[in-house]
Amino acid sequence: MWQYILKRLILMIPTLVGAAILIFFLLRLIPGDVCELKMAGAGLYADQEQIDICRAELGLDRSVMVQFWEFFSGFLVFDLGKSMWTGREITYEIGLRFQLSLQVAIMATLTATLIAIPLGTISAVKQNTWIDYFVRAFSIAGIAIPSFWLGIMIILGLLITTQAWFGTPWMPPIEYVSPLEDFWGNMSQLIWPAVATGYRYSAVATRMTRSALLEVLREDYIRTARAKGLMDKLIINRHALKNSMLPVVTVIGIEFAFLMGGLVVTEQVFNLNGLGKLFVESVTSQDFSMTQALVMVVVCVFIFTNFLVDIVYAWLDPRIRYA
Amino acid sequence: MVTTSEARVEAAFEELAVERPLLSKVKEFARKQPLGTFGAVIVLVMVFSALFADFIAPHDPINNSYEHILESYSSTYLLGTDQFGRDILSRIIYGARTALLVGFTAAIIGSVTGLVLGVASAFFGGRFDLLFQRVMDVFMAFPLIILALAVVSIFGTGIQNVIIAITIPFIPRCARVVRSSALAIREIPYIDAARANGFSNARIILRHMVPNVMAPFLIMITAFVGQAILLEASLSYLGLGVQEPVPAWGLMLQGGAEEYAESAPWVAIWPGVAVSLAVFGFNLFGDSVRDTLDPKLRSQ
Repeated sequence: MWQYILKRLILMIPTLVGAAILIFFLLRLIPGDVCELKMAGAGLYADQEQIDICRAELGLDRSVMVQFWEFFSGFLVFDLGKSMWTGREITYEIGLRFQLSLQVAIMATLTATLIAIPLGTISAVKQNTWIDYFVRAFSIAGIAIPSFWLGIMIILGLLITTQAWFGTPWMPPIEYVSPLEDFWGNMSQLIWPAVATGYRYSAVATRMTRSALLEVLREDYIRTARAKGLMDKLIINRHALKNSMLPVVTVIGIEFAFLMGGLVVTEQVFNLNGLGKLFVESVTSQDFSMTQALVMVVVCVFIFTNFLVDIVYAWLDPRIRYA
Repeated sequence: MVTTSEARVEAAFEELAVERPLLSKVKEFARKQPLGTFGAVIVLVMVFSALFADFIAPHDPINNSYEHILESYSSTYLLGTDQFGRDILSRIIYGARTALLVGFTAAIIGSVTGLVLGVASAFFGGRFDLLFQRVMDVFMAFPLIILALAVVSIFGTGIQNVIIAITIPFIPRCARVVRSSALAIREIPYIDAARANGFSNARIILRHMVPNVMAPFLIMITAFVGQAILLEASLSYLGLGVQEPVPAWGLMLQGGAEEYAESAPWVAIWPGVAVSLAVFGFNLFGDSVRDTLDPKLRSQ
């Protein structure tokens, strides 16, 4: 087992280095930079001298390799440098928003699991009935409906119902409060974004539950369980579901890593000040240092989640370790 | 004397060679895959409105008319008007053009590139394959939209750049899948036979390997078209995709759909319905095609 963990750890290194190289050099292909944009934003005439001063301040005038080394070596010791746009430490900017995004991500994963496992099970047990068709259509709809539009529709629905019931339209809290301070205030802000993102992520897991369960239900030991007269409920819960959960857990784990992508749009709709919104802002303002730092954070979360999923999988199923 | 058995064999071959008429195939598909047929109908409606947008759309999708701002449903404006007085129905119909253009171009370029790279990687194997896999790993570590946004930030917005941004993340995803099925094909003796005949690598890859990975490849294209439409809508919604005044569904939701959501809900509702239906259609259709082509799934 330790050998397997070590092997997986070593495999993470080239991916991380590769991602750093890719994102760093991709961003250097952009024509124009943050300095020109800053001048234009301040309504100043883009004076070459001024731009040069700005570039020198940000270290953009040094050779690309030096800049890359600074970025990468800083990254290794969790020093992400300063935002080229606001001038503040990137770790500080990320720290402000990390808790919110993480909480939405966890709540969305919970929502997805709570939708996926019961629906997938019903769909498999009632295979090829109208219930099955309905569940399948519902889960494909989850992939098809853009989460930002679902978000807009949820807001619209909330506005209309609260208007009708209370006479005043619903207003979400604007500032993030920790759930430990004000649990209900926190929930009223984050529950809807979590539902909008979670529904989308439940789709893949629902389908995975269905097909994994269908496969297990064909096994001999299920027939044996039926033959000895066990109740259907018991067969499903104790024998079938437990054995079909492995791929489902994997899918949910991997999806968690991709949640960051989903958050980019959801945070925009619900106007949440999280990492996704910060990412979009950094792209629009050509804030290289911020964009590359955020991309590296996402990539790290992704690689690390994948690593954990692999380890759990190998721990549960010894065949993988020796493959 | 020509033996009757030979004649029988020949007749049997001829029967096999005769294609069943398309109509009967379509009928069988419709009977076995009701959901898939529904998807196919949606896709056809979309293709139709994209092709004949000039004839179907009741109004000009681009011209602003400030005397008709945010009007509700009426017989002239079936789905109402937006904040510039443009007819929403017409913009949705023309939007199908943008969506299909981006969807098909990105899906086809991305998957064909992925196909060639994936098969080549499996064919050459060894160090090339190992290196190639690591590069693909790097690309796969980026969530789709993050990579697309990074590409947009480099090339800028606009329809061509959106296509590039969506195509790039598709390549490794396709190459991965194709490589794994091509690896199995490489072991089959006819590839050795082709090599013994002295055929060039390019010929073996293109003539002998590529046709045999077509089934998973075609299924992947339909899935990619749906994903590309969704991705284009998301990018445009963020203001980093297709730019005004081009009619595009995601863009229609960007400019003030939320602001006017309460007073003019039609601005926010219908473009989203269009995106959802389109992606829904492509996914349903792709799923059923897979079920039909893959004998293992037929009984499920």
